[in-house]
Amino acid sequence: MITAERKPFDEIYAMTEGHDKVLVAGCDTCVAVCLTGGEKEAEILAAQLRIKAKEDGRDVQIEHTAAIRQCEWEYLDAIGAKVEEYPLVLSMACGIGIQSMAEKFSPRLVMPAVNTNMLGMPQEHAVWLERCGACGECVIGETAGICPVVRCSKSLMNGPCGGSHDGKCEVTTPEKEDIECAWALIWERLKAQGREEMMLVNRPPKDWSKGSSGGPRKMVREEAKPV
Amino acid sequence: MTATAYKAGSNLEKILSEGKFAVTGECGPPKSADGSVIADKAKILKGFVDAVNITDNQTAVVRVCSMASGVQAQQNGLEAIMQMTCRDRNRLAMQADILGAYVLGIRNILCLTGDHMSFGNHPQAKGVHDLDAINLIKMYKDMRDEAKFQCGDEMAVSPELYIGCAENPFGDPFEFRAQRLKKKVEAGADFMQTQCIFNVPKFKKWMEEVRAIGLHKEVKILAGITPIKGAGMAKYMKNFVPGMDVPQEIVDRVAAKEKGAAQQAEGKKLAVEMIKELAEIEGVAGIHIMAVEWEPAVPEIVEAAGLLPRPAVA
Repeated sequence: MITAERKPFDEIYAMTEGHDKVLVAGCDTCVAVCLTGGEKEAEILAAQLRIKAKEDGRDVQIEHTAAIRQCEWEYLDAIGAKVEEYPLVLSMACGIGIQSMAEKFSPRLVMPAVNTNMLGMPQEHAVWLERCGACGECVIGETAGICPVVRCSKSLMNGPCGGSHDGKCEVTTPEKEDIECAWALIWERLKAQGREEMMLVNRPPKDWSKGSSGGPRKMVREEAKPV
Repeated sequence: MTATAYKAGSNLEKILSEGKFAVTGECGPPKSADGSVIADKAKILKGFVDAVNITDNQTAVVRVCSMASGVQAQQNGLEAIMQMTCRDRNRLAMQADILGAYVLGIRNILCLTGDHMSFGNHPQAKGVHDLDAINLIKMYKDMRDEAKFQCGDEMAVSPELYIGCAENPFGDPFEFRAQRLKKKVEAGADFMQTQCIFNVPKFKKWMEEVRAIGLHKEVKILAGITPIKGAGMAKYMKNFVPGMDVPQEIVDRVAAKEKGAAQQAEGKKLAVEMIKELAEIEGVAGIHIMAVEWEPAVPEIVEAAGLLPRPAVA
């Protein structure tokens, strides 16, 4: 799913400066599952902002709402009447939802209250790991179901590099935690599948134009269009 | 062998092709616009190594670029092995730069993945990693042998390059490491330099795997050596440098001496012993000495290892 993290409170609070009516808008799909931007989190953020504004002696009306999905027009229609009452909307949806809101309610000011970070998998409760880079040309059929594009720190097509040690990448997370070496995982799983010869093949340069390097992408399913 | 039989005709290629034991060194360009650093280092190493690696923003720290520094080394009489990492350039830049380097006289190129940005002084940088080192080797080989760009377009004049790669015998999974070198050879590597060797028994084991698949006959293997300047450096490399395998007894041996000149002398002695031991291994075609910011130690080590005078090739 798409995961996001709430921006630091002070950064969000600074967005409200000069405004007397603020709406915090949650999204009850992906960002709700990752406990960041669902209706509950929107309600909490609105309360925190109200308390801070009161401490600062500001007279600000801060409320919250939530859409089932901010990235779909029909769900935005459902919260449209409320949104129209507020000149500033702090969206807690992913980047897609925030942009949908900004477009739907233009020129109303819609600001991001979260940082969208990845297409991640909940590895355990409250822990998400990046699993897909949406590169537009999936290679994991050749790499034992493990994505080298986002799980290898250098996106190698022919790994592992010399920095692989005891199954760990030479790179650590910003918190200095170990990262698994994707190519060590690929090697082990290919062996388990009896397909280790796949590692011996030189994979050609990747076509990055299928991904974000090709410019903003558009997908059309002609067969699914209404006739 | 006639000159036309060479791929690039560099000094390094000729020495290795004639079966002579090669010695390469390494120079890091300066972290400023100081034009004297590479010239000075080249003067120290000239006559003691056959060619010198010019690092490319090593450890992801900005320095004078490897192309300009390589040209400078050659202007000072020392043949360059220009390093090129996949971290900072996409395929357009990597092809443009090799054409430029060739026009300016560079003949040896070393294709590397590159240290990750997070190790350097610009950890916020966007890593390019358009190609990996194996893709890079193949791209340069096709430019040289097929006169073709990576996209397939043809070029009028192809760059005659002697193409190198690196491999870390101490990386994991160990059982795949010789196979990865094989992939680089298949991609087009003519020579390879190893990561610094301190764990000689493990390197010997790796060489057994290399010989088992016949790679030592297809690629010229230069064993990497780093003279240890002191116990602090040994400990740092053991604990903090990615991909490095420094056995405790090496650290202890240097640490047993008094800090300063005595430790330096022990580090040089150790390097000489290791060179002699590595040179005996079947399939080792040369030695690559990476004296990190300690170039003045190189002439002494090369001499003590009995590798002087360096061969002159026509």
